[in-house]
Amino acid sequence: MTATELLSVIEPDGAINGYDPKLSDAELMHCYATMLRVRAFDDTCMKLQRSGRIGFSIPNKGVEATQVGAASALKLTDWIFPSYRDFGMALYHGVSPIEMMHNMFGDALDAAKGRQMPVHFSFVQPIKFFSISSPIGTHIIQAVGTAYAIKQKKEPHVVLASFGDGGTSSLGFHSGMNFAAVWKAPVVFLCQNNQWAISCPSDKQTASESYAIKAKAYGMPGVLVDGNDLLAVRKATMEAVERARKGGGPTLIEAKTFRMGGHSTSDDPSRYVPKELFAEWEKKDPILRFEKFLKKRKLWNDSTRAAIYDAAMVDVDKAAKTAEATPRPALETIFSDVYADVPAHIRKQGQASFDLARRKGDASAGDGAFPL
Amino acid sequence: MANLTLVQAVNDALKTAMRTDPSVLVFGEDVGPKGGVFLATDGLTKEFGEERCFDTPLSEDGIVGAAIGMAVNGLKPVCEIQFQDFIFPAFDQIVSEAAKLRYRSGGQYTAPMVIRTPYGGGIRGGLYHSQSGEAYFCHTPGLKVVIPSTPHDAKGLLLASIDDPDPVLFLEPKALYRAVKGEVPEGKYKVDLSTLRTVREGKSVTVFCYGAMVPVVQKAAEQAAEKGIETLIIDLRTLLPLDEEGVLDAAKMTGRVVVVHEAPRFCGFGAEISALIAENAIEYMEAPIARVTGFDTPFPNTLEHHYMPDDRRVLDAIEHVYNY
Repeated sequence: MTATELLSVIEPDGAINGYDPKLSDAELMHCYATMLRVRAFDDTCMKLQRSGRIGFSIPNKGVEATQVGAASALKLTDWIFPSYRDFGMALYHGVSPIEMMHNMFGDALDAAKGRQMPVHFSFVQPIKFFSISSPIGTHIIQAVGTAYAIKQKKEPHVVLASFGDGGTSSLGFHSGMNFAAVWKAPVVFLCQNNQWAISCPSDKQTASESYAIKAKAYGMPGVLVDGNDLLAVRKATMEAVERARKGGGPTLIEAKTFRMGGHSTSDDPSRYVPKELFAEWEKKDPILRFEKFLKKRKLWNDSTRAAIYDAAMVDVDKAAKTAEATPRPALETIFSDVYADVPAHIRKQGQASFDLARRKGDASAGDGAFPL
Repeated sequence: MANLTLVQAVNDALKTAMRTDPSVLVFGEDVGPKGGVFLATDGLTKEFGEERCFDTPLSEDGIVGAAIGMAVNGLKPVCEIQFQDFIFPAFDQIVSEAAKLRYRSGGQYTAPMVIRTPYGGGIRGGLYHSQSGEAYFCHTPGLKVVIPSTPHDAKGLLLASIDDPDPVLFLEPKALYRAVKGEVPEGKYKVDLSTLRTVREGKSVTVFCYGAMVPVVQKAAEQAAEKGIETLIIDLRTLLPLDEEGVLDAAKMTGRVVVVHEAPRFCGFGAEISALIAENAIEYMEAPIARVTGFDTPFPNTLEHHYMPDDRRVLDAIEHVYNY
């Protein structure tokens, strides 16, 4: 594994040439199903957004193998510090579509109580999937702090910090990489190089030969892997995770992939991504790639995809309907959780807001009285 | 009881916290074996080892960002930013991350931590070792902003901040680090956040101040007393969340108010105090509210004593509102 030569595992014919992914058939199928569930969630959210039922979404088409391959190397006691294009990792570890849909609709059962934009998930169970922030790169150094605490407490856990190619230009990337290497912190940095930071291609982001090669200057191993090859991502992440767990410090993995869609539902990639690139990467679809491997293992036939995808669509659709029917958060959620206790000045503002809503007759169900 | 300077009281608070709570750790630039550029962390590495008091790479963003991650995972970081002037690379981590984490995660993740940093002028530090940036941070819901002015409060407020479940920006008046000395109880005690301190009783004029301006106002009040003006001095101690009721009570007691801070005037903390009183107690006011502040200029070096409010300027304002 090197920082400039692309590591691949799954050959065009589906062979893996002696690599042992150390996953049972059921686990391999779980990886595959998770990618399809990501796609089902994405497809549903796109329709929900286009029909005005949710405000925003972040599509993952093309990068599913990177998310799932990396997530598969983690234990439930590990931590994920995700970017906003990472929910495949949460799905892999057992977060349910309904929990995610509550966030997409920002309803009363959303973990973040409707305070964040859609896709800014936060989960503590079944795995620590850290609260997502919109500013780029801020979580990278935070992940290192969490890893430091793991080391201090002598816990056997690791932290996965995931970010995009654009994230490597941020302050948090530099301080995160530097602190992690100096502290030998148990953290794995996963740069998902999907080649576009919204509309900016990689040559606008860096003059380095690769993103992975940046690791060298920080004093840690850097690995470049084929991000559309689930098993290549898994292989690199497993190795990095094992090194971190043994006290060997951090690793930077660059997973080269391609965002087969817009940055978000508010973006039109045809304005800046050459058409032929889409055609080229369509053929490299990570799900197709994994299917070839599964077929060779006799775990897949022509009806497998439709069966799993259709079932996932039923689940996601049901989740969307449930979330849509859930009341919006109570007015008091504007004012709580700013601090552990509600200070007097915020309490006063909250009370005034409820009183006005009541006077104007637009206090909706659940807004209630103020005992916070 | 020990008779300590303010910086010794800070050091005593850190040692007390680290002795009583093994999750407390101290880090920043030069805070390790050197003990910090002002010696606030003197002796900590020796007593608690490098795992609990250590030097970091020179990166304020890194210091605060890492502190958030540690706090999320159960440690109690008390990090130091060497001078408040250098805090701005960490502004994003403080304002968008630490302060908003509880809210944005619905309480699933929180960042109880303390950022200590020396602020203010009076040491010939020029533009970049003298600023008072409290107003930037007081505009941030989710953050607490605390400024002590005595050794007793420095220790008690810092211990309360370390025990607080929310992120606290602890601004230390570096001009007072060695300029004030006072009795400091031994062991652990706390001064509650969001409480005011009455520095001096008086019925003529109320002066609100904090940090390094407190002794300046005390000096002006002595001169005012010679002229028969009795000044009620209130040390705000916690700017956010502010004890608004306490401020209004103190303002109503005299009906004549002066606010003093060394930060620039425009959108400074004095504006908030003035607006609070104007909105809630204007009918009690016998005179316009006066502000004595730094100028709306960067902080100068050679002429810093003209820039910083002194007893002359404060006395002028006290007399002005008294005679109005």
